[in-house]
Amino acid sequence: MTELLLHSFAQNAFIAGLIVSLLCSSYGVFVVQRRMSFLGDGLAHVAFGGVALGLLLQFEPFWVSIPFTIIVAIALTYLKENSSLEVDTAIGIFFAVSVALGILFISINKRYVSDAFSYLFGSILLVSKNDLLYSLVFLLITLVIFLFWWERWTYSTFDYELAKVDKINVEFDNYLLSVLIAITIVISIKLVGILLVASYLVVPAATAKLISKTFSQMTIFSLIFGVISSEVGIFLSIIFDLPTGAFIVLFQASFFCLILILKYLFK
Amino acid sequence: MKDPIVEISELSVFFGKYCVLNKVDLFVRSLDFLTIVGPNGGGKTTLIKTILGLVEPESGSVRVFGKKPCSVAYKNIGYVPQIKTIDRSFPGKVYELVATGWSGRWKFALNDVLRQRVKEVLSTCGLEHLEDRQINKLSGGELQRVFLARSFIRKPKLLLLDEPATGIDTIAETDFSFLLEKLQKENQTTIIMVTHDWEYAYYHSTSVLLLNKSVVALGKPQDVFTEENLQKTFGHLGHEHNMDFILRKDD
Repeated sequence: MTELLLHSFAQNAFIAGLIVSLLCSSYGVFVVQRRMSFLGDGLAHVAFGGVALGLLLQFEPFWVSIPFTIIVAIALTYLKENSSLEVDTAIGIFFAVSVALGILFISINKRYVSDAFSYLFGSILLVSKNDLLYSLVFLLITLVIFLFWWERWTYSTFDYELAKVDKINVEFDNYLLSVLIAITIVISIKLVGILLVASYLVVPAATAKLISKTFSQMTIFSLIFGVISSEVGIFLSIIFDLPTGAFIVLFQASFFCLILILKYLFK
Repeated sequence: MKDPIVEISELSVFFGKYCVLNKVDLFVRSLDFLTIVGPNGGGKTTLIKTILGLVEPESGSVRVFGKKPCSVAYKNIGYVPQIKTIDRSFPGKVYELVATGWSGRWKFALNDVLRQRVKEVLSTCGLEHLEDRQINKLSGGELQRVFLARSFIRKPKLLLLDEPATGIDTIAETDFSFLLEKLQKENQTTIIMVTHDWEYAYYHSTSVLLLNKSVVALGKPQDVFTEENLQKTFGHLGHEHNMDFILRKDD
């Protein structure tokens, strides 16, 4: 068992788990408080179209999926700001079209069906040294951006108009947030899988919200819950040889239920 | 002559094809206390939001301190929104909300100087007991006064209030008027307030705007609140409007 944990794939998985949980938990607080969970799920499925296109073109799926998902994230934000079309309707349409395209691309070249499945469900075996490097760079970028934007995003999350009256460029900030969430999702799908990445964004932040009195507390608790559940989930999934993404999300959900029950009992 | 604070001419605003404001002219001078009275859907909130730069006009011009609304420094303008639009599920405390009035950001943590400033303004407003309270644990009236404290902290030159008295009981409303007068006196603040309370408008404001998409009347309260003007603003309701408060004042 110890040998298994010392294996390089396991170490990669632990590092990836740490980075991905920090990313998802930090953006997750905005996803939860702005009620954008459906956006996370929609963008994850959009990423599937990009992954499938990458597999078809025999190009690293990550690099195809990133622009694909970013463009859709920008389009959705544009529709939200400028159109009377409901955002969940727009997400539903993009979601379906991307998955349909993904299925089409995979069926053209059936050699990559198993790879596509790995992306759907996530696999620690998929995580390479390069992936770790990209994720780490993006985590550092996120850290710098948060130093400047956390207070702006939080203000406009509380009240869009008050932030706008105080001369915050909320439209630009919304585009920036959507693009960063899109990149976070694409980075996370190798480990967690397309089907589960939205929960990864939502559950730690939602758990944090249960016990937080301020938004700063919610951000910190979200990071703590995200990291603990991810590392413990990876550890257990390696020990029991079970799918990592599923294990992490189930662990996160148990955490959520436990805190919900404790909160109810000690009310 | 006092400086002009807000100058609006020929302002028209449309939402799609629907005309919300039609050729509105308005001139507000320094230290005025203008109340805007009108029916629901009469464009009161839209007018406030146009002055704040939240709504783009279809035609006409809006100048605040001689500039376009988007170019005015945020600290010069205080805004008390309708509290029914505020997200009460947001995890935040009163002192954090009041601090946004000073910093124009939702601070991750407050430094000692800002915390002290928040304490002082809450004490001025008689709200020190609410400092550490969560926003979602406040009553409507308490939240309204917290928003007033939030606008006080920046000592604005212009204060815009959108139906601040809605949901406040009479005692709280007296405090509210007292606080507004104090702010105006100490900081030379010009006030524009949307209200449904005619009596409040009559006794407290220096001028009243009756608005129903376009300007029905604008002037001193005693000149504006006539039966004819009110009928023009609110439509022919088939009964006499209750003008007791005017008679009381005359008595």
